Amino acid sequence: MSDSAKDLVLDVQDLSVDIATPRGSLHAVRKLSFQLQRGETLCLVGESGCGKSMTSLALMGLLPKAARRSAARLELLGEDLMAASPKRINALRGRQMAMIFQEPMTALNPAYTVGEQLMESYLHHRKSSVSEARARAIFLLGKVGMASAEQRLTQYPHQLSGGLRQRVMIAMALMCEPALLVADEPSTALDVTIQAQILRLLVDLQRELGIAMLLVTHDLGVVARMAQRVAVMYAGEVVEQGAVSDIFATPHHPYTQALLRCIPVPGRTAPGSALGAIPGQVPSLVGEFQGCSFRDRCAYAQAACAQPVPMKRAASGHSWRCILAELPA
Amino acid sequence: MKPILQTEGLSRSFSVGGGFLQAPRKLQAVDKVDLVLNPGDVLGIVGESGCGKSTLARLLLGLLKPSSGRVLLGGVDLQELGPRELSKRVQPVFQDPYSSLNPRRSIADIVALPLEVHGLGNRAQRRRQAIDMLERVGLSSHHADNRPGQLSGGQRQRVAIARALVMKPELVICDEPTSALDMSVQAQILNLLLELRREFNLSYVFISHNLAVVEHVATSVAVMYLGKVVEQADSAELFKQPRHPYTQALLASVLTPEPGLGIPDTGLGLAFPDPLHPPSGCPFHPRCPQRMDPCASLIPTLGKVVGSSAWLSCHLHQSNPAIQADLS
Repeated sequence: MSDSAKDLVLDVQDLSVDIATPRGSLHAVRKLSFQLQRGETLCLVGESGCGKSMTSLALMGLLPKAARRSAARLELLGEDLMAASPKRINALRGRQMAMIFQEPMTALNPAYTVGEQLMESYLHHRKSSVSEARARAIFLLGKVGMASAEQRLTQYPHQLSGGLRQRVMIAMALMCEPALLVADEPSTALDVTIQAQILRLLVDLQRELGIAMLLVTHDLGVVARMAQRVAVMYAGEVVEQGAVSDIFATPHHPYTQALLRCIPVPGRTAPGSALGAIPGQVPSLVGEFQGCSFRDRCAYAQAACAQPVPMKRAASGHSWRCILAELPA
Repeated sequence: MKPILQTEGLSRSFSVGGGFLQAPRKLQAVDKVDLVLNPGDVLGIVGESGCGKSTLARLLLGLLKPSSGRVLLGGVDLQELGPRELSKRVQPVFQDPYSSLNPRRSIADIVALPLEVHGLGNRAQRRRQAIDMLERVGLSSHHADNRPGQLSGGQRQRVAIARALVMKPELVICDEPTSALDMSVQAQILNLLLELRREFNLSYVFISHNLAVVEHVATSVAVMYLGKVVEQADSAELFKQPRHPYTQALLASVLTPEPGLGIPDTGLGLAFPDPLHPPSGCPFHPRCPQRMDPCASLIPTLGKVVGSSAWLSCHLHQSNPAIQADLS
């Protein structure tokens, strides 16, 4: 096995998620492909409804009942997740792949103490003794920067602030040292100061443990500061993917370009000046869709955009789905 | 210039808890806040959750009565104005356009409601005016008979803005108006608010936790911490030269979309501000990376920084002769 293959944690090819609705099949995620290496952070970025959260749930096998996933390949550490039995998925979830949710208050169980919730997966997966699990929980609470960890074990989620709850979530996800961490908007519900602390913590722990992280966010600031690579999603599709530095410096897809112009950047955007807005709305994801999904809102749309648009690839690994040879600046 | 809005020692406390065998606690949500807003200006208010931003908004709207101090609109106390007069001149735009619009009424009815309440015009005239305003905020007239449920979040926020402006108020209190919206929609709404401000010569109080947005919109900014204003200055000055350690930490925490810079270390530590148990002395001292001896015991007062637009409440600068203690 070559080094790069050994470091490959997650291999996703043509992942699709369809949701049955009364009006027909809603294509929430369409043919998404990416790979994730050990110690790497990939950000999925996009606006609401673009399919980024559905993607994370599909990877974890946590999709709602009405949703169906399909993929040409979905492998975690070389193991085929599509063929794995529910029992096997249960064994992997928590141990090899873990998830951090946006809302720590709704993701934590209010009726159990922090300690019980932290120790649960460890006791289950590792078949360890309670004292071992307890030691591990205390160790991790210390790692995520919670003082007096031992007393925290007996507290309930409502006794903690939002930032502390998110720390508990992170500690919980790390209990079994997973290879893959999926973080869905882990800092969105938090204040900016706490957000910075939580994200710093995630980066430090990820480096130390060599975890592969899939970070789902709508915040371009978080993307720029956290990720090595980024996939920009629009209407269920990845429209552009590549190294963060490439995408922020030279976006090749009109949607990425427009998105970057939407947000005021301190020091760069003149206060009070008009921000770049994207007119129109996201198309309906129900039924078949041909051609570029952004064409109705795109400033550079042409007749040819109604035809299927192939992915273009540069040598740097930067890829994008647009027929334009070059974006006007 | 005569200020359009002014607060003098504005305070509001709540009594919370008080269960079985437990005395209720006093929560000082807003603590002796003095603010001034001149016509046409945008006063940004920033701070973390629980700092009293939203309570302040409700006080300015007259939805809450102050425990002490007062709010002056054009020099007149809100209490003397009465709710009818007040709602003519001050209107709100709230964060969540999903819960702030009545789901059972049509868009035109929602926008026309303030006119109806004030008994202005007949039904047809009110509808005409509502549709004019809807068009002004970028919604077409064929939305007039839709219900809020048929609109997207951005469209709903436009409806909320149209409703706020239909009475031609002088002042709009925006409480996190774009926080529930997507980036591209946020840009549309911010552009709209700035255009309308010019067109109708509006003043805004703009409350947000998003500092980049506040820097973009506001002409002056007040930074709140546990109910108190700890620093206030012209927007350009505050963002260029933050003086209070808390303001500095807030600004340092902003993740600008610049790859390669990593996540900043705020140096704030883990002491989370608890409004029910405010610290002694300077409320920020448990988290302050630059705290000194007097910080834990002495409450700093808000003083004007000489030769600048800034007001500051911090011991680091208090001994500095460049700051005059506020003796009023």
